[in-house]
Amino acid sequence: MSNEWPLWEVFIRSQHGLAHKHVGSLHAADAEMAVKNARDVYTRRNEGVSIWVVRSADITASSPGDRDALFDAAKSKVYRHPTFFPMPDEVKHL
Amino acid sequence: MYAQMVETGQKSVRALADMSSEERAFQQRIDADVKVEAADWMPDAYRRTLVRQIQQHAHSEIVGMLPEGNWITRAPTLARKAILMAKVQDEGGHGLYLYAAAETLGVSRDQLIADLHAGKVRYSSIFNYPTLTWADIGAIGWLVDGAAIMNQIPLCRCSYGPYARAMVRICKEESFHQRQGYDIMMKLCQGTAEQKAMAQDALNRWWWPSLMMFGPPDADSVHSAQSAAWKIKLLSNDELRQRFVDQTVPQADYLGITMPDPDLKWNAGRGHYDFGAIDWQEFHDVLRGNGPCNRERLATRVQAWEEGAWVREAALAHAEKRADRGDELG
Repeated sequence: MSNEWPLWEVFIRSQHGLAHKHVGSLHAADAEMAVKNARDVYTRRNEGVSIWVVRSADITASSPGDRDALFDAAKSKVYRHPTFFPMPDEVKHL
Repeated sequence: MYAQMVETGQKSVRALADMSSEERAFQQRIDADVKVEAADWMPDAYRRTLVRQIQQHAHSEIVGMLPEGNWITRAPTLARKAILMAKVQDEGGHGLYLYAAAETLGVSRDQLIADLHAGKVRYSSIFNYPTLTWADIGAIGWLVDGAAIMNQIPLCRCSYGPYARAMVRICKEESFHQRQGYDIMMKLCQGTAEQKAMAQDALNRWWWPSLMMFGPPDADSVHSAQSAAWKIKLLSNDELRQRFVDQTVPQADYLGITMPDPDLKWNAGRGHYDFGAIDWQEFHDVLRGNGPCNRERLATRVQAWEEGAWVREAALAHAEKRADRGDELG
């Protein structure tokens, strides 16, 4: 009878003004139950003001094998960081 | 500990020279404290060992609900009852975080539970002891959860990301458990002579099993070295046990009760407490299924699972029906 409830990923907004953040996963028969279970499993101590749930199967993720191709390129572009440009001490507000 | 004697499938620690290039790269990332994530390549033995360890840990949380659940209806006050319910609910939550972490390694929840019910995977020896009096609830929170914290704090730094993150959540909640236990013990020890005797009796019965939670002595712990190399075990059994004794003895002194160990004494030279020999025969008997409550605990879990089957099936059928109809939230 192995007919498991689908797996859902849970995202919680901890305070107004912050983004939802992934906190974990759980099983539920449908979205409504997933929200209710998320409330019981992940917000027992006022951790959140809003819950998102999404079926794990619906998430598309980058592959670890593509890590270099995707992210290495940014490493050589250090000029994207403000600290790349030394500024004279006497010049203010930059 | 919550995961005791986890087999690694290795007879000795794998040497870099014996590894494939993939495995060597993996070990070097672990050595450099880079976290392993679910989709990353990992050696089969690492994956299997982690599944066993996280699964034992998860089952311990869930089975651990039973000895304490036993006292929910008989808690001495409404406040104590509400607190105990919150604590037992937390244990259920901890089990769920951990099952989810194990599932990231490619096993199904149903399989994990089937393994427990078939007796293929253990849970901590500690939950095979009975909770005879209300003081046992105090002793469990103070000693058992105290021992668990000792083991779980280092695991927050373990090499497998999903397990480490689950441990961070658990540790945040665990401190409440230990304090509520000590609070019960304080209340009893400040009470009548009879109440204080009850606290002493609970300490007498839970002390040695709590020390056994950390697992066999390092010399007999054949799988620890590989688990340490993989950074899924960060401190040795004996090291954790000593820390636990050192921190707990002064707490008992404050309560005015004593450990049931005539050999327990401060060793100024070592800067630690010396303590008496642990009855490892008892530990192995309990692990083999012959503790006071092994059969009852497992039977209760199996019964809950079987009697809940119709609820799981009905919820799924309902969700499928609503999805077919195109209902919102279907």
